Amino acid sequence: MDTKNIKVAGFGGQGVMMFGQILAYSATKDEINGLWFPSYGPETRGGTANCSVIVSEKQINSPVFKNADHLIAFNLPSLDKFKDHIVENGLILYNSSLVEEKINQEGAVVVGVPVNDIATELGNLKVANMVMMGAYLELTHLFSDETIEAIVKKILGEKKANLFEINKQALDAGKDYVRKLGVNYA
Amino acid sequence: MARVLMKGNEAIALAAIKGGVDAFYGYPITPQNEIPEYLSKHLLANGKVFLQSESEVSAINMVYGAAGAGKRVMTSSSSPGIALKQEGISYIAAAELPCVIVSVMRGGPGLGGIQPSQADYYQATRGGGNGDYQLIVYAPESIQEAVDVMKDSFNIADYYRNPVMVLVDGLIGQMMESVDFDYPVKERKLPEKDWATNGIINHPGRRNVANSLYLDPALLEQHNFKLQAKYNQIKKNETRFELVNFDNPEYVIVAYGTMARICRSAIEMLKKDGIEVGMIRPITLFPYPEKAFDQIPKKAKGILTCELSMGQMLDDVLIANNGRHKVGFFGRTGGMVPDPEEIVDAIKSFNERVVK
Repeated sequence: MDTKNIKVAGFGGQGVMMFGQILAYSATKDEINGLWFPSYGPETRGGTANCSVIVSEKQINSPVFKNADHLIAFNLPSLDKFKDHIVENGLILYNSSLVEEKINQEGAVVVGVPVNDIATELGNLKVANMVMMGAYLELTHLFSDETIEAIVKKILGEKKANLFEINKQALDAGKDYVRKLGVNYA
Repeated sequence: MARVLMKGNEAIALAAIKGGVDAFYGYPITPQNEIPEYLSKHLLANGKVFLQSESEVSAINMVYGAAGAGKRVMTSSSSPGIALKQEGISYIAAAELPCVIVSVMRGGPGLGGIQPSQADYYQATRGGGNGDYQLIVYAPESIQEAVDVMKDSFNIADYYRNPVMVLVDGLIGQMMESVDFDYPVKERKLPEKDWATNGIINHPGRRNVANSLYLDPALLEQHNFKLQAKYNQIKKNETRFELVNFDNPEYVIVAYGTMARICRSAIEMLKKDGIEVGMIRPITLFPYPEKAFDQIPKKAKGILTCELSMGQMLDDVLIANNGRHKVGFFGRTGGMVPDPEEIVDAIKSFNERVVK
């Protein structure tokens, strides 16, 4: 796997940081290198939150990057803020439940997934980030289902083990949605 | 233990436990709070000491006391907090007591901000405290290196009876990386702590005193000579650096910590543009790797010092270079972190950056 620079952004509370951490945990589990870096500071409270993730088979050098290979935007402000910082043929994945207009970005593959609507249909808005994760993995094939599910299980722990099922459903629903769209990225 | 993904601050805390820390004293400040948070959970549970003091001044003086008693002691803080600790640090260095100080730098001066910075290079290497003293200063560039250095730091402090500072920026503290805690630590034959002020019952017939007051100037001068001899020993034995892409560099970057990693990416980008750039990456800031500069080829066009500050290590680069090459500077500060493209541009516009 080539080095992938990934930007994840959205409102605080949408599971943006967790989304990024799951990728970095998965990289570590698959014995490649993972790096996760949050935007920390006052802006994360109630406002927008973002994190950077780098996964690579090689040693990770700079923890900061100018242009992301993949942008995962959970709301419109995040999309506006980062969509111009994408590499040629990069991927922009956004939450079309909160972004009404049709998004086009030259030189990038843009995919909208209504993750809030899908999560609400499943009965828990909180798993919207896992719907997004399913869609993301279906497009990029960065990590196997086994890896991601093992990490989700580990994060939920024994206390919240009962929530694994709905997270799994969310992952599958995200995958299904993208499959039906027929978009091919990787 | 296989590799785990861990936040820098927590990894530093766990590495301190693996390094044998007996006691932690500190006062909260962003962006290093995960260090005391982690230690508060894990030190007390294992019969060790964790104490959140009422101030930084108090914390460093508790470090002084516990180090005097022969224990493995540490504190951690960030820029303005380290500033408050300087008096105690000078006393500990004067009394030749071992301890470890973790400094997670944020933007300054004053209260500054909470984003990553390297503007405390002077504070770490020139001291905010008084007198002719030195800390042994490590500046790791990754969480892995921070862990390796941290595990070793108590041995180094004990070996030289000197405070060790582990200096990172807020980015290393806040980010998560895959890290392995199992790399072996260099074996050192550590002297008995027969100087410890741990009660006459432990050293019958001998009175041990931890002190930094020498009112007789002749004695104080002798004490300084002794300290200086130790610092020279440290220079000889403990200087560490890495040379990156040093086969035949057209330019040489000097950078440490996070900035060095950003420069690594810039060096790869410049290679694609046909520009070969090497890097001297100091791992110890005191002792400074002056000898590394002897390896810069004569025909190199110049040295670019890159820092998350307005130019502090630049002084040591100028000293080590000793007028041999043109020296330029690139810096971002106040919590701003450049992307590798900015370093690429800085190399390409080197002549505009030469320090006159």
